[in-house]
Amino acid sequence: MFKFSSILAAGLAVGVSVGAQAGTLEDVKKRGSVSCGVSTGLAGFSQKDEKGAWSGLDVDVCKAVAAAVLGDSSKVQYKPLTAKERFTALQSGEIDLLSRNTTWTHTRDTSLGLNFAGVNYYDGQGFMVSNKLGVKSALELDGAAACIQAGTTTELNLADYFRANGMKYTAVTFDTSDQTRSGFESGRCDVLTSDQSQLYAIRIGLKDPDAAVVLPEVISKEPLGPVVRQGDDAWFNIVKWSMSALIEAEFLGVDSANVDKMKDEGKPGQKRLLGTEGDAGEKLGLSADWAYNIVKQVGNYGESFERNVGMDSPLKIARGLNAQWNQGGILYSPPVR
Amino acid sequence: MSAEHATAKSASFFNNPRNRALIYQALLLFGLGFFFYSIVSNALANMEARGIKSGFGFLFTASGFDILMSLVPYDATSTYGRTFLVGLLNTILVSIIGIILATLLGFVMGVAYFSNNWLVKRLSVVYVEIFRNIPLLLQVFFWYFAVLAALPSARESMAIGEVIFLNVRGLFLPDLIGESGSSIVYASIGVAVVAIYMMRRWAKKRQDDTGEQFPILWVGLGIFFGLPLLTALVTGLPFYWEFPELKGFNFRGGITVIPELMALTIALAVYTGAFIAEAVRAGVQSVPHGQTEAARSLGLKESRIMSLIIVPQAMRVIVPLLNSEYQSLVKNSTLATAIGYPDLFTVFVGTSLNQTGQAIEIVFMTMAVYFAINMTISFGMNRFNSAVALVERK
Ligand SMILES: N[C@@H](CCC(=O)N[C@@H](CS)C(=O)NCC(=O)O)C(=O)O
Repeated sequence: MFKFSSILAAGLAVGVSVGAQAGTLEDVKKRGSVSCGVSTGLAGFSQKDEKGAWSGLDVDVCKAVAAAVLGDSSKVQYKPLTAKERFTALQSGEIDLLSRNTTWTHTRDTSLGLNFAGVNYYDGQGFMVSNKLGVKSALELDGAAACIQAGTTTELNLADYFRANGMKYTAVTFDTSDQTRSGFESGRCDVLTSDQSQLYAIRIGLKDPDAAVVLPEVISKEPLGPVVRQGDDAWFNIVKWSMSALIEAEFLGVDSANVDKMKDEGKPGQKRLLGTEGDAGEKLGLSADWAYNIVKQVGNYGESFERNVGMDSPLKIARGLNAQWNQGGILYSPPVR
Repeated sequence: MSAEHATAKSASFFNNPRNRALIYQALLLFGLGFFFYSIVSNALANMEARGIKSGFGFLFTASGFDILMSLVPYDATSTYGRTFLVGLLNTILVSIIGIILATLLGFVMGVAYFSNNWLVKRLSVVYVEIFRNIPLLLQVFFWYFAVLAALPSARESMAIGEVIFLNVRGLFLPDLIGESGSSIVYASIGVAVVAIYMMRRWAKKRQDDTGEQFPILWVGLGIFFGLPLLTALVTGLPFYWEFPELKGFNFRGGITVIPELMALTIALAVYTGAFIAEAVRAGVQSVPHGQTEAARSLGLKESRIMSLIIVPQAMRVIVPLLNSEYQSLVKNSTLATAIGYPDLFTVFVGTSLNQTGQAIEIVFMTMAVYFAINMTISFGMNRFNSAVALVERK
């Protein structure tokens, strides 16, 4: 009787400790899909249409990874997450990768047990106010109430900015971007602050987009990128290079239209990326056509950008910092060789 | 270990049921302790291996974010320890106001069920049926997004006499600010409370001796307001009003009741009130009708029958039910997070956990707090319960 209960206790304890991490790559292959954490809905970055299909710049990173690993960009399970939920979901293994406009910061990189696999959008925090207020600069916002989303870098930057400029404000904090927007619309706050790209996305979701303006100030650096769990380097490499392949393809002039031709007739660099030369795929533990599948099914970074947030989208964001380094931006992929 | 030791000593010791029970308990405790120890040490080892930070050091580092409402001074340079305190106080605030309002509403509605007035009785039934059956989260959203968010903007506030303002940013009230000498007035409130208590005892004794009743309520109210007022007049009114004023974007000065607090307390009070009304109804119904008849034949007025005969007896049924309703209210207050009221759950398990990533420590601390609050309620209500139980034996 006594023995039985202590054996039981010991057994339970052992059961709990068998949480050792299996390789994410094997898990994904066995499951046949990539589990990808995205936002609960943010135009241009990750949003769901009426048919339930996800699209966006961040969604394209999920798709690129699925294309590289499984050869099919549609094999993704999307998990919508609020800012507060996202890291726990990744740490607990609920998702294989987080691609949800997440800023790469020192704290997150060093103390959450996570690794940032690069940057897919260079952003900065801005302010949006109602036209009615007649405010022209963020420095006129002393005493204002600001709507923000909980668990973001936005909360911290805002406090820094107002303190540095000797201004007061009230922080009205919401859980999701929809709530934040309706707080702004109902007049609960004077200003909505977030990463600038997201301000544009939220603005087109307003009942009357023209009634709000985005102020010129950018008060922070927000390098946004995909994140994986620390401790699985093989998977970390796959996500890092899947994202780089998008950028490198644009740099090399490979796009979804010419990829078949380039594969056979391209220059050495193009062929190396597309798997007709060298063994880049094999070194990642993937098939030779990993990057070919990405470009063929998702397109290159430039195509993804224009389609989701650029001139072909309602957001009409200019490439700016997010142009290739030789085009006036700072996008720079390490070479595939 | 202890079991073997005991067996070695004497068989009769082990056969003693009390000792046996003790040993079982000790073993169970040991087993449980070992179980939780393994879970915790495993979790810590796993976290360490995955590069996740742990420990309570974060409580002493600056949080870097601001909080919408706090009862103690707080800003972005304050520590996470202080964030915890701010959240805790906000949780206690919303719980206390919620419990008071829910109790008032519940008793009024519960008693209204027994009214002879058809309309009043219907009102009670409809209230209970509607608010008990709609999910609380939906009610919180209703009050916040449908009712309070529809209020006019700060510049078009609804105003009462240009001193009280209501708008989408909240309720703005004048604040009474004490100057030197005001502490005497505050002290007089304490004196008034003691005086009322003594008066009650005296009046009760007199009624026991002579049968004469004393208007406790009116005299009590008179003392409660009269004494401080008199003291204030004597000390030369050491107060001034600070009125809310529209400056720049918002009202400044006075007291601000944020809409998040209003929506949450209204929702909690109305929802829990419906359950309390049910409890009151059940309690009243548990008192045999003979009690009413006996009271009537003694010549008591109808209104006094309820308050002197029925409700005190019904309390024996009501109080245990109240206990669990109060505990639910405290737990339900975590729905604050849905509308951004900065309670403990929102600022600590929400924001702080996200900014520091220290899930285990933060969740553990928060669980301990809710456990402690509810144990306190239980303790208080149990004492109250034995107080009302005594009434019966007299
Ligand atoms: N880049 C920032 C902010 C990210 C963020 O959560 N922004 C909000 C903008 S209001 C958002 O995207 N919300 C979408 C959602 O909650 O699903 C961070 O990493 O902390």
